[in-house]
Amino acid sequence: MTGYHIAQLNVGRIVAPLDSPQLEGFTSQLAPINALADRAPGFVWRLQDEAGDATSYHPLDDENFLINLSVWESIEALWDFVYRSAHLDVMRNRRQWFERLAEAHMVLWWVPAGHIPTIEEAMDRLERLRAHGPSPEAFTFKDRYPAPQLSEAH
Amino acid sequence: MEPDNSLEAVGLLVEPVRRAVYEYVAGAAVERGRDEVAEAVGISRSLAAFHLDKLVEAGLLAVTYRRRTGRAGPGAGRPAKLYRRAEAEHAVSVPPRTYETAAALLAEVVDGAGLEPQLHDAARRAGEKAGASLGDDLLAGLADRGYQPYRDGEQIRLRNCPFHHLARDYPPLVCGMNLALLDGLLAAAPSGEQWTARLDPRPGECCVALLSKTSSD
Repeated sequence: MTGYHIAQLNVGRIVAPLDSPQLEGFTSQLAPINALADRAPGFVWRLQDEAGDATSYHPLDDENFLINLSVWESIEALWDFVYRSAHLDVMRNRRQWFERLAEAHMVLWWVPAGHIPTIEEAMDRLERLRAHGPSPEAFTFKDRYPAPQLSEAH
Repeated sequence: MEPDNSLEAVGLLVEPVRRAVYEYVAGAAVERGRDEVAEAVGISRSLAAFHLDKLVEAGLLAVTYRRRTGRAGPGAGRPAKLYRRAEAEHAVSVPPRTYETAAALLAEVVDGAGLEPQLHDAARRAGEKAGASLGDDLLAGLADRGYQPYRDGEQIRLRNCPFHHLARDYPPLVCGMNLALLDGLLAAAPSGEQWTARLDPRPGECCVALLSKTSSD
């Protein structure tokens, strides 16, 4: 066990308002998929509002701009949930609900175990990835960086 | 970099009995012991052991030692030597071809451009074309296409993902493509009408499973 956990931010702009029929396929799966995450191996924390999901957070002051922020014990645990659970089927259909973004829409970074990332911190990591490409401070599944050594001061 | 022994590994499978041993173990849902291999292939235990050793030596099969499920406690005996398909991939192309590089580049662009719907449509059509000539034996047809299918209750599970590396790098894109391909195949194959393809990822298997339409699920 390292003393670090992996934080993940995903952003996306939905093609129509959240309560529109077009988004029903997405909104109807929010609760079951979030429940699946909560009991997935290696799950630590996810950003949630009173409704139990993160659809009421709009850091860009745009109602259709959604975020998803979570913390996991390892990259492998996160990958297994994203791509090796019922979540994969949601991913497969994401073009029906989300606009295509020219820039990176997902970022990973290491946090000390127990640290709960803020939305500001997460958006800053995404900006770093977009501006400088993958680095130990902001990276992706395809360009992974190992967790910092415990001896390194942070 | 390790020396590429793919030619030697693939060459080992030319021998029909050894190939039958490999296919039985590689296509099995669980690890198999020597005695089961001997019985399934119809050879002696010592011949099975000989071929299994050769296949392990070449890196085509891997070995684990453990007690078989259902046998524990006093009298369970020593852990059994069990065989399963190795993780390594072997490809031999004469003359040399590297389609995987091309596939990875194409996948990156399709993913970036958000062209999944078009890819899935094309995959469905390709599946329909293949399904039309699939014949009456669905399992044999899936086996011919490299899926290593096996029955698991009311499902057909697929032990092998034919697009493994690409699916690992672009899961929604490639698993969605494979789902559309199999969906088209089932729709067009006479032997496919009672089955539905769906995504149901399990570790170490293809992410698509076929579910019987008559099942209660």
